[in-house]
Amino acid sequence: MTDTDILDELDRRIVVATQAGLPLVPEPYQHLAQEIGVTAGEIMRRMQRMLESGVIRRIGAVPNHYTLGFRGNGMSVWDVPDEQVTRCGRLIGDLDFVSHAYHRPRHLPEWPYNLFAMVHGRDRTEVEQKVEIIAGLLGEHGRAYEILFSKQILKKTGLRIMGER
Amino acid sequence: MAVESHIAELLHPPVEFPGQDAGIPLTLLERRLLNEFQHDFPLSPTPFAEIAQRLDTSEEQVLYLLESLQERGFISRVGPVFKPRRIGTSTLAAMAVPAEHLESIAAYISAYDEVNHNYERDHQLNLWFVITTPDQERLEQVLAEIENYSGLPVMSLPLVRSFHIDLGFPLWC
Repeated sequence: MTDTDILDELDRRIVVATQAGLPLVPEPYQHLAQEIGVTAGEIMRRMQRMLESGVIRRIGAVPNHYTLGFRGNGMSVWDVPDEQVTRCGRLIGDLDFVSHAYHRPRHLPEWPYNLFAMVHGRDRTEVEQKVEIIAGLLGEHGRAYEILFSKQILKKTGLRIMGER
Repeated sequence: MAVESHIAELLHPPVEFPGQDAGIPLTLLERRLLNEFQHDFPLSPTPFAEIAQRLDTSEEQVLYLLESLQERGFISRVGPVFKPRRIGTSTLAAMAVPAEHLESIAAYISAYDEVNHNYERDHQLNLWFVITTPDQERLEQVLAEIENYSGLPVMSLPLVRSFHIDLGFPLWC
């Protein structure tokens, strides 16, 4: 069962109506309510519920990091013992300069890394400093690591969950 | 938006933060909007008025600034961020592509609707992209087509588990 299954029709309509952003008007939920045909209160309750269940990760301003000067996007990859990967992943995931932290399978022999952490900084030096912090945090469990800096964004599109606006 | 808001904005010219992000023209108020409202956007009838109160400014000014930040490309939107990978299946794929073929192979890959991120990275494995499909079968098909077109192996690293609780992150500490 996918998580989408727990969303009912109204949740889906709210997702579709908000995924490109809330209307920038004094009463945005009221505005959506008229569009969807329910009350603003119902929309706020549904959004609160989706926030609690994790369907919505957060609600707020979504910064464009590249325009804001965060051009040192580095993908740090780590080889940690399999039995430690969850603990290490949680440690890294709690860091505020890490935007994503994932456990992924190794691909031996060419790819020994099983933990990924996207680190953002204004330049390479700043990213390297932050990766040093991770290395310190992982201690002996961080057996090896590399930073893969992005040279070029060839494609980046926001994921549309369902339907188009 | 009203003219007064714009004038108020002009009276507070961009603040420079030397050595950090020189050249990014943002006022202190804009920085606070960006930094402090990446999560916990109010679920209340008049959220922008609440934000305005917290920033000691007007609702009108907050709306004006958010619209302006969006127009200038500093924010992509104000709203919910949904957890990805809610439908179907996805993988992070990587390839080692010789420099002379990078452009054509990258263009071939980016042309897939199923590919939503594609980055060139500074590594022997220099091409990294995310494939998202409704089912495993289509995922395998796209991977096979890319291998077939490029004549190169594609390393597929599907997500096992995600750890991060995304609350945004501080832009200015």
